[in-house]
Amino acid sequence: MAVALALTACTGGAAPKSASSDAPAPGKGKGFDHDPFPSTYRAYPGVPTAIVHATVYDGEGGRIEDGTVLLADGRVTAVGGPDLAVPAGATVVDGTGKWVTPGVIDVHSHLGDYPSPAVKALSDGNEATAPVTAQVWAEHSVWPQDPGFSRALANGGVTTLQILPGSANLFGGRSVTLKNVYARTVQGMKFPGAPYGLKMACGENPKRVYGGKNREPSTRMGNVAVDRQTWMKAAEYKRKWDKYEEKGGEIPARDVAMDTLMGVLNGEILVHNHCYRADEMAIVLDMAKEFGYKVTAFHHAVEAYKIADLLKANGTCAAVWADWYGFKMESYDGIRENLAILHNAGACVMIHSDDQNGIQRLNQEVAKALAAGRRAGFTISDEQAWTWLAIAPARALGIADRTGSLKPGKMGDVVLWNGNPLSVYTRPEKVWVDGAMLYDANNPKLRPVSDFELGQPGEGDVK
Amino acid sequence: MKRLLLAATALIAAPLSAETVAITGGTVAIGDGSQPIKGGTVVIANGRVVAAGAGVAVPAGARVVDATGKWVSPGIVAGVSTLGLMEGYGMSETNDLSADKSPFSAALDMSTAINPTGQRIGVERAAGITRAFVIPSAGNTMFGGQGAVIDLGADMDPVTRPRAFQYVELGEDGMGPAGGSRPAAYALLKVALGAAANPASADFASKDALITRQDAEALAPVVRGTQPLLVHVERAADIRSVLALKKQYPAIKLVLVGATEGWMVAGEIAAAGVPVIAAALLDLPEKFESIAATQSNVGRLAKAGVTVAISNADISEGPYESYLAQYAGNLVALTKIPGAQGLDWGAAFATITSKPAAAIGMDGEIGSLRPGRRADVVVWDGDPLELSSAPTAIFIDGVAQPTTSRQTRLRDRYLDPVEKGLPKAYER
Repeated sequence: MAVALALTACTGGAAPKSASSDAPAPGKGKGFDHDPFPSTYRAYPGVPTAIVHATVYDGEGGRIEDGTVLLADGRVTAVGGPDLAVPAGATVVDGTGKWVTPGVIDVHSHLGDYPSPAVKALSDGNEATAPVTAQVWAEHSVWPQDPGFSRALANGGVTTLQILPGSANLFGGRSVTLKNVYARTVQGMKFPGAPYGLKMACGENPKRVYGGKNREPSTRMGNVAVDRQTWMKAAEYKRKWDKYEEKGGEIPARDVAMDTLMGVLNGEILVHNHCYRADEMAIVLDMAKEFGYKVTAFHHAVEAYKIADLLKANGTCAAVWADWYGFKMESYDGIRENLAILHNAGACVMIHSDDQNGIQRLNQEVAKALAAGRRAGFTISDEQAWTWLAIAPARALGIADRTGSLKPGKMGDVVLWNGNPLSVYTRPEKVWVDGAMLYDANNPKLRPVSDFELGQPGEGDVK
Repeated sequence: MKRLLLAATALIAAPLSAETVAITGGTVAIGDGSQPIKGGTVVIANGRVVAAGAGVAVPAGARVVDATGKWVSPGIVAGVSTLGLMEGYGMSETNDLSADKSPFSAALDMSTAINPTGQRIGVERAAGITRAFVIPSAGNTMFGGQGAVIDLGADMDPVTRPRAFQYVELGEDGMGPAGGSRPAAYALLKVALGAAANPASADFASKDALITRQDAEALAPVVRGTQPLLVHVERAADIRSVLALKKQYPAIKLVLVGATEGWMVAGEIAAAGVPVIAAALLDLPEKFESIAATQSNVGRLAKAGVTVAISNADISEGPYESYLAQYAGNLVALTKIPGAQGLDWGAAFATITSKPAAAIGMDGEIGSLRPGRRADVVVWDGDPLELSSAPTAIFIDGVAQPTTSRQTRLRDRYLDPVEKGLPKAYER
């Protein structure tokens, strides 16, 4: 579509700025199609719905007792207390003793690119053939039949998730943000209009993978050297394209990897950087300043608590587990208070799963992190903690204007929990995506079964 | 600060002694499958449980711990664990889990490797884990070796029972080490058990010998039935193949580990009287051998009459023993899901206390607060299965344990991350 627009712009009389150029200036960001695999996701039909008498966490830190949430035309239309009028004709869902929250968002998943079953033939998450593979796009690996999507929906209440390439490489490639709705194609799952992300990795993985092949990088200093060299190339690429797009002339050669890195330098593509250690995050932040880009979030940031002030000052988020530690040297200093210390320092922080099982229990992970924080003396309310899997990851994905909280006009991505969602005894009862009910614990027909599971033992089981 | 340092030194130098303690006023969970008792008392003396429940008298001279508003339970038993065998998977230099370059397999004795001062033991103890079954991985054959039962006490004597069981892989994880297929694993198993039963007629000497004398000797107690054989399998068909071993070797005490598809053959497992240490919440077909995985597996096995414990193995969220209580709580959550099979609270708590102990015949020693059991007792600030709860006091063999760990030290250093008068390295 961008190509079409660009052509229209040209033929429509946008004057070339240089009379001597081979091609007219297409305009900034219009030199080539930035969206060659566009989303074909369409919301499924829903009915006007009123969830009443529920405890509401709005996902931005707000809480309403005996609350009402109204959905219509795929959107949240109103959120309020018991005095909020229920429109005539709306389907009323009694939420007495239950909780309503925005759909859970996982900022770090490999569903589809490391799907179940984990056979080699489906292992598509790491293009571990070179340390810089900014040219790969995770969406080209996503298998839309991964049974994991259904578990994340039914057991985890997950409605939006970012699928990232793995962390073998310094530049792992482009991520993609999906609505958690099965489709025949990955384009059918793509969150419309969500910005792309770039997966980067520091630390042990790249140096282990390539050091093990006796090539650069084999050390942390090697990691940073290759990173900087690559950003220098990207800056040069951007300089050529900026010149062409603004002034016209000879069309520069395209490079799939550099397209993505230029997207980062232009602020269109968000950097999601796998990084465990505090000292390495600090180096990455300086590198980002050197090349003029922003790190949106450090993922797996188990030592983020040690530099909460630095992260806050840079406006960089930390996406973390509740309590993973010690499975590798760079995770040795993981502590359960990581989220709470960051939250208390005013830094941007969120939970993430990186795991096909953990994604089914992100609410429980938040509950554990919250409890650890309270034991350490921090005052954090349940509804504030709920931001860690709602508005915070929505912001990190650049979609907070459309989802991530229960605010009028936002997508009707909603979970009704059968109790307090910070209790181990609670599960999703109903899940709506864009106002359509796509999971209902009480209705076996609303339990998705991927093609892979059809005709297999356990098909359609509660799982 | 100095006091903390001294206390830490003392713990390493000389274990604290077992006292007579009465823990009063708390909600007492016995761990044997019964429901919690409000306002109960737990009395421990000489390292053992004397009594637990309602109307238990406080002995004269006992140190009284007031647990009003709290819960008191046996410590959690981790049924499949790597504690003491390594600092972390990614630190291969520290890893004693498997030895594929060794000439030995079944003979390997994990009790020789347990390091009680590793970070993980302290962290998991602070989460209420008091015992663990330390299980090796398959190395040069599908046999992993002889596992150990350990305690997580802050002392230098971790082994409760060395060579407590033998461990073997007979599913996908065993195919590779056994030569490439399930039939290869069964062929080798037949040779190995045959050599263990009749060492005189076994070939240990020729260059074609398939098993060493030491490995065969290690398997002798398995064949005699004096040492349980833990078998990791997931697929329903594999479970039936394992159960069939009982026909040829009736004395063998089988325990199934994993058994993700156990629910499909639950009746046969129950009829064979074989206990299961199941992966608690696995619900994805992560392998073709676990294609029918469901979180209801444990509930369905229990309903069929199988003695079933849960483990944190086979779940990719780190191998954290501290997840066991969360997993057990999730089994209770299933009771509210139409079509699912969960467990009530008492039964769920038993899957992480008395049931793993029973699976290897040690429920007379550990895993509950019934009289005579080792005094592994945890006082919790709430329901032990709930996500918000944590231990406030821990006893192992009646000895009070620290509730701090290396993690709490890091936490205390960085509660305020900003450096003050001196670098963080001086704050302790």
